[in-house]
Amino acid sequence: MTMVNNKKLGLFAVSAIAVVVLPFLVGGALGNSWVRILDFALLYVMLALGLNMVVGFAGLLDLGFIAFYAVGAYSYALLSSPHFGLHLPFYITIPIGAVLAAFFGILLGTPVLRLKGDYLAIVTLGFGEIIRIFINNLNAPINITNGPQGVNLIDPIQVGGFSFGKSFELFGQTFSNVYLYYYFFLVLTVGVVIMAWRLQHSRIGRAWVALREDDIAAAAMGINIRNIKLLAFALGALSGGVAGGLFSAFQGFVSPESFSLIESIMILAMIVLGGMGNIAGVVLGAVMLTIAPEILRSTIGPLQMAVFGKTIVDPENARMLLFGLAMVVMMLVRPEGAWPSKRRRMEFQDAKKGVSHG
Amino acid sequence: MAETLLKIEGIVKRFGGLVALNNVGLSINKGEIYGLIGPNGAGKTTLFNVLTGLYMPDEGTFTFAGKDLFRAKPHVVVGTGIARTFQNIRLFAEMTALENVMVGRHIRTKAGGLGAILRNKGTMDEERAIEAKARELLEYVGISSVADERARNLSYGHQRRLEIARALATEPTLLALDEPAAGMNPRETSDLKDLMAKIRNDGVTILLIEHDVKLMMGLCDRIAVLDYGKKIAEGVPEMVRNDPKVIEAYLGVAHA
Amino acid sequence: MDIFVQQILNGLVLGSIYALIALGYTMVYGIMGLINFAHGEVVMFGAMVTISVISALMNAGINLPGPLLVLIGLMISIPACMLLGFVIERVAYRPLRNAPRLAPLITAIGLSIVLQQVAILIWGRNYIPFPPILSHDTITILGASITKLQVIIIVLCLVIMAGLLVMVERTKLGRAMRATSQNPSVAGLMGVSVNKVISATFVIGSGLGAIAGVMVATNYDQAHYYMGFLIGLKAFTAAVLGGIGNLGGAVAGGILLGIIESLGAGYIGTLTGGFLGSNYQDIFAFMVLIMVLIFRPSGLLGEKMADRA
Repeated sequence: MTMVNNKKLGLFAVSAIAVVVLPFLVGGALGNSWVRILDFALLYVMLALGLNMVVGFAGLLDLGFIAFYAVGAYSYALLSSPHFGLHLPFYITIPIGAVLAAFFGILLGTPVLRLKGDYLAIVTLGFGEIIRIFINNLNAPINITNGPQGVNLIDPIQVGGFSFGKSFELFGQTFSNVYLYYYFFLVLTVGVVIMAWRLQHSRIGRAWVALREDDIAAAAMGINIRNIKLLAFALGALSGGVAGGLFSAFQGFVSPESFSLIESIMILAMIVLGGMGNIAGVVLGAVMLTIAPEILRSTIGPLQMAVFGKTIVDPENARMLLFGLAMVVMMLVRPEGAWPSKRRRMEFQDAKKGVSHG
Repeated sequence: MAETLLKIEGIVKRFGGLVALNNVGLSINKGEIYGLIGPNGAGKTTLFNVLTGLYMPDEGTFTFAGKDLFRAKPHVVVGTGIARTFQNIRLFAEMTALENVMVGRHIRTKAGGLGAILRNKGTMDEERAIEAKARELLEYVGISSVADERARNLSYGHQRRLEIARALATEPTLLALDEPAAGMNPRETSDLKDLMAKIRNDGVTILLIEHDVKLMMGLCDRIAVLDYGKKIAEGVPEMVRNDPKVIEAYLGVAHA
Repeated sequence: MDIFVQQILNGLVLGSIYALIALGYTMVYGIMGLINFAHGEVVMFGAMVTISVISALMNAGINLPGPLLVLIGLMISIPACMLLGFVIERVAYRPLRNAPRLAPLITAIGLSIVLQQVAILIWGRNYIPFPPILSHDTITILGASITKLQVIIIVLCLVIMAGLLVMVERTKLGRAMRATSQNPSVAGLMGVSVNKVISATFVIGSGLGAIAGVMVATNYDQAHYYMGFLIGLKAFTAAVLGGIGNLGGAVAGGILLGIIESLGAGYIGTLTGGFLGSNYQDIFAFMVLIMVLIFRPSGLLGEKMADRA
């Protein structure tokens, strides 16, 4: 027992140190742009963990999750930028965005309570598109969102008098602000991981699994189906809203383009390919799907030049093509994902054997 | 006169044009084992679903322990004290036996999302209490040895018992069992009978649907007979057995 | 009044195209109980292939009348799309028939992305204009104008849909399809080859999709690799509106949705006091979808409940 615990502790310590020094290794070897990609990976981890509460834990298929990211991002952008001349600090705007996103989660969740499976997917997809269309068009007659141009010059995160917006000096060396954001995001990501893990292993988490496995039996055991579904939507949206606010501050610019359907699909794919319901799997999926395309982006072009002497397939095209293929192949070969939870693996294995579920 | 626990009157349930329950009324007394029998398709399970909130009745009245439950949501019904099992066992298949029973504690516990995230003392104490109670119930129905097995992997008899434990976890005053002995061998059936007697002796009223007429006659205090969505008889087993309407509708059909 | 009639006519054109695509969704749903997410891409391929064929013929200096060119294009694109539909079912759905429902949905989305990217590889990212070979003469009805082409679209849609209904009601294949949609395992026991019926369903639906794709391209004078997404989603909405799984419902739902959308786009400015403009046209389909699923999940003509997990 102690041996196992020591081993676990050791593994934990090693990975903790690895995560802390990672940006310096990556930055030193590959440059700051790759540290920036790591920052994005952390944002996507938060998003994927948020969606995982809805899809992985509660079994509610949501294809419009990016809408909550948009709500968080635009809340921050409108309250901390020259657009309205408001410059509220991040510790006010990010919570506002998160709460607003959770509110939207409940608002969108309420009418779809009775829907399941594919129908739920399509309707949430519709909601996501509606929000995007509104953001895209709410620049007239009153300019709220600045339409397709988006909002720019968004305030960076500021702690005390210290701005995350520019590079900083440490031990006589200048470091890009992407390092600051890395640690800031890391702290919040760890927070979201703990939140997700604790929820999963609680009375609420059990109710979600019960709902996912058999909603009728869950109702007959006294679970208030409506409330437990809305809680999943709200908490998932909350995480999405936080990530959205951070995205705004980090990027300094938001536009409706960042919140299209393909982003929702991408986040869903992170969960599914990583291992739905399993927090470690979801983290893995998010990191893989953020980093792999960037690796492809930086290698496909040069590779083609080297082999064919010219660019045959443009890298963006090849990247998406491979992404789509990966989704198909993964589902056919390993539908439970790269690192599934035990419970999920059982569900899929039983399905393969043709055992029916309840 | 015994105290009435559950009373329904004039319950009507339609599915499109089909009248599944036609003006059904019955009352269950506190502490009894009340049986519900009838030929296939008589509306027994429909009535069960109405009594446990899964179906909304179209007309009638439904009171339980002094509270109006007409068209109440399932979780309200469970909260008021009615718990059930299913004819075709509906366990949470990939959860362990223990976790299944722990889900049953949901309605009697409070910890919300915030408590779960913060893990304050109250939440942790409650969580421990949930697990302790769940283990106690597994012991009570005699399957504590399989507490950590997945529900899917349990034997049929154990699954039936687990469903009863899960229902008992909601602290019901009325336990509604839908064909609990279906598919059991005589030995298992006899064990089940003992378990039901034990549950009743511990103060829980039981509503029972069963095909095994012999079992019902020996076990139930009173029996109601449904046929084509109507109640055609109600009373002590002796009386029901000799009721000509029952013989014609139920036994007559069965022996034809 | 003129606007009203005009929008109704526009809605009819749009609606009959939606209906044709909706049939593809509803047939697959009726038989397999799943949403074929990649159907929109089949529609897009139908349009693209037809345009390519026509352009190739014209570039080769073959001078034929416009309608004949379109017909030749269709004769190639319809089988091509049928093959595509057949392959989609084989690759994305058949291996996952017993898997949890999320799995085929994910493969379908993945396949959608793949098909779009393949379209980019072949035809590029830009809008492809439909060759100017068809006349855009208009006729006037009650003060509103409609092109002869649009009249042909409406009539053709109605004829095809009627043909499909007759096929399903009268032929052996149609009977097998109805049996399979009722209960696949029983149909199998009764000697229906369920796999063949499912393949046939995909093939027929994709053929209809190809025709619809060409209609969309002629109506808007262009095609685009991404055109399948929105039109697919709207056609699916139409199928749900009419009652998914119900062929007549898909037709009714498609036409109704087309009219709702046109009227909505025509009047939204007036209705909201100028706050929202016709650029919100696309939200109507989603609104309708959400409303239907909330208030009448079985659709206007459907019987099935929307609670398939």
